[in-house]
Amino acid sequence: MTASEKKQLMATACKVRMGVIEGTHGAKAGHPGGSLSAADVFTYLYFKELNIDPKNPKWEDRDRFVLSKGHTAPGLYAALAERGFFPVADLPTLRHIDSYLQGHPNMNTVPGVDMSTGSLGQGISCAAGMALAAKHQGKTCRVYALLGDGEIQEGQVWEAFMLAHHYQLDNLCAVIDNNGLQIDGPVDKVMSPYPIPDKLRSFGWNVVEIDGHDFDQIEAAFAKARETKGVPTAIVMKTTKGKGVSYMENQAGWHGKAPNDEEYEIAMTELKAQLAEVEAM
Amino acid sequence: MADVKKIATRDSYGAALAELGKEHDDLIVFDADLAGATKTGTFKKAFPDRHFNCGIAEGNMIAVAAGASTMGLVPFASSFAMFAAGRAFEQVRNSIGYPHLNVKIGATHGGISVGEDGASHQCCEDFALMRSIPGMVVMSPADDVEARAAVKAAYEYVGPVYLRFGRLAVPVFHDEATFQFEIGKGEVLQDGTDVAIIANGLMVNEAIEAGKVLKEAGVSARVINLCTIKPLDEELVLKAAQECGKVITCEEHSIIGGLGEAVCALLSEKCPTPVRRIGVNDEFGHSGPAAALLKQFGLSADHIVEVAKDFCGK
Repeated sequence: MTASEKKQLMATACKVRMGVIEGTHGAKAGHPGGSLSAADVFTYLYFKELNIDPKNPKWEDRDRFVLSKGHTAPGLYAALAERGFFPVADLPTLRHIDSYLQGHPNMNTVPGVDMSTGSLGQGISCAAGMALAAKHQGKTCRVYALLGDGEIQEGQVWEAFMLAHHYQLDNLCAVIDNNGLQIDGPVDKVMSPYPIPDKLRSFGWNVVEIDGHDFDQIEAAFAKARETKGVPTAIVMKTTKGKGVSYMENQAGWHGKAPNDEEYEIAMTELKAQLAEVEAM
Repeated sequence: MADVKKIATRDSYGAALAELGKEHDDLIVFDADLAGATKTGTFKKAFPDRHFNCGIAEGNMIAVAAGASTMGLVPFASSFAMFAAGRAFEQVRNSIGYPHLNVKIGATHGGISVGEDGASHQCCEDFALMRSIPGMVVMSPADDVEARAAVKAAYEYVGPVYLRFGRLAVPVFHDEATFQFEIGKGEVLQDGTDVAIIANGLMVNEAIEAGKVLKEAGVSARVINLCTIKPLDEELVLKAAQECGKVITCEEHSIIGGLGEAVCALLSEKCPTPVRRIGVNDEFGHSGPAAALLKQFGLSADHIVEVAKDFCGK
């Protein structure tokens, strides 16, 4: 990508992070940590990778995205809003009783959401079903799923990985957000999923390991996924939970907690400064 | 009864899928290593490229089917009732029910008539589980003709459907030439005014037989087939309760959460009526020949007659 494209993505990622803070602050609840760790990949997917049309969210030949780690809906909603699926101004209505922005993604209320998720482990199966169907229908669209590193403790995830390899779903790309933390603490202390890439390789997947906050690496990984034929691709990305907000970074406590008014101001000030820095580049 | 044709509704399911498959390219089938037993193998033989084995992973299969439905296909996902409704309950609830996706769950081997496999495979809880999911249509056809019609209706209906089929061959009593099926509509098989016997699945034939015996004993029983447990044919049930004053429900399912409780809930709110529930009591089944088990657990015409006579003071 060109330097200006990269700068644009970095600036957008800052805005997506602000959307996460707006949403969780407005909701007084929600999951900022894992939304922020995935903010760069959300940005890349919705602004570069996915073949989609915000004016026609149900376009039948679009690429599909399934947020298997559905609790990071604030990140997905922020990216969708930024991309024009619905107004950014609606983000603070997240989780409100009269809002269409449900606590976890709802495909029937939120424009641009391709699958209702929230119960961990099911989204990757749904994505595999979409990829299987697309192949059967002769569609050239691709299917993407984002999973948490804690989520892969669910046995169903491995059932889906097995199926995706068995049916040679090379139109499926699973991204695993390895931010290293889950609700009860570090993933390797709670129930170690490591080594994630080796496990996936043994399931027959093509595996790409990247820094999930580096757009050049993200771009190369998705390119590799598109080029790989015969097997599905997993992108295992090392990330920082809470990335972009100093007091949230690497803190398991910010998995599912909203910033209060004071914390909101600090977060927004930090993110605005980061945006200004990117724009000055 | 010697000349009555007997067919297991799981066979009807496989045959109906293969038949529908000819007309509809968008119909696809998922199975979890039980294609020979669920009879989706019949469809597989005709349309191998539209049958996907998911291996022994029912929860995954249900969510895969959900994903496939979002692409415009009409998936039928099959396993034994114990695993389709039981093991995969939460996948059915969250990945099919909550988004109200167009997936049909074809569950075979429902009830105690699974027989020799024993309690681990005898699912008597599926109606209760599936009824509790908002927007889920739940059907338990009584014979081959109704089972094939129900599969066709499920395909035509847009939304989630749970279909329960049996392993045991059961008498075919419907006349295919005149039979008409509609989701949510019951049928009166014998008219009567002393007691209404409302049944589904293989208990419908037992209710018909009981109705004949009761007639000879001077009890006028109205025999009703309620294939669709949800949505319930409220009009038909209320009319029967008002006109007969007594209701007996019969199902090859736990008396907790199934047809009996659905009927009781309706009647207690809209037309309080004495009800006797025939079904599997709050206990597990065990191994044995299907016919002997049905008799032992009171799922028989004889038992219905006994309950009806006692209920009517005869």
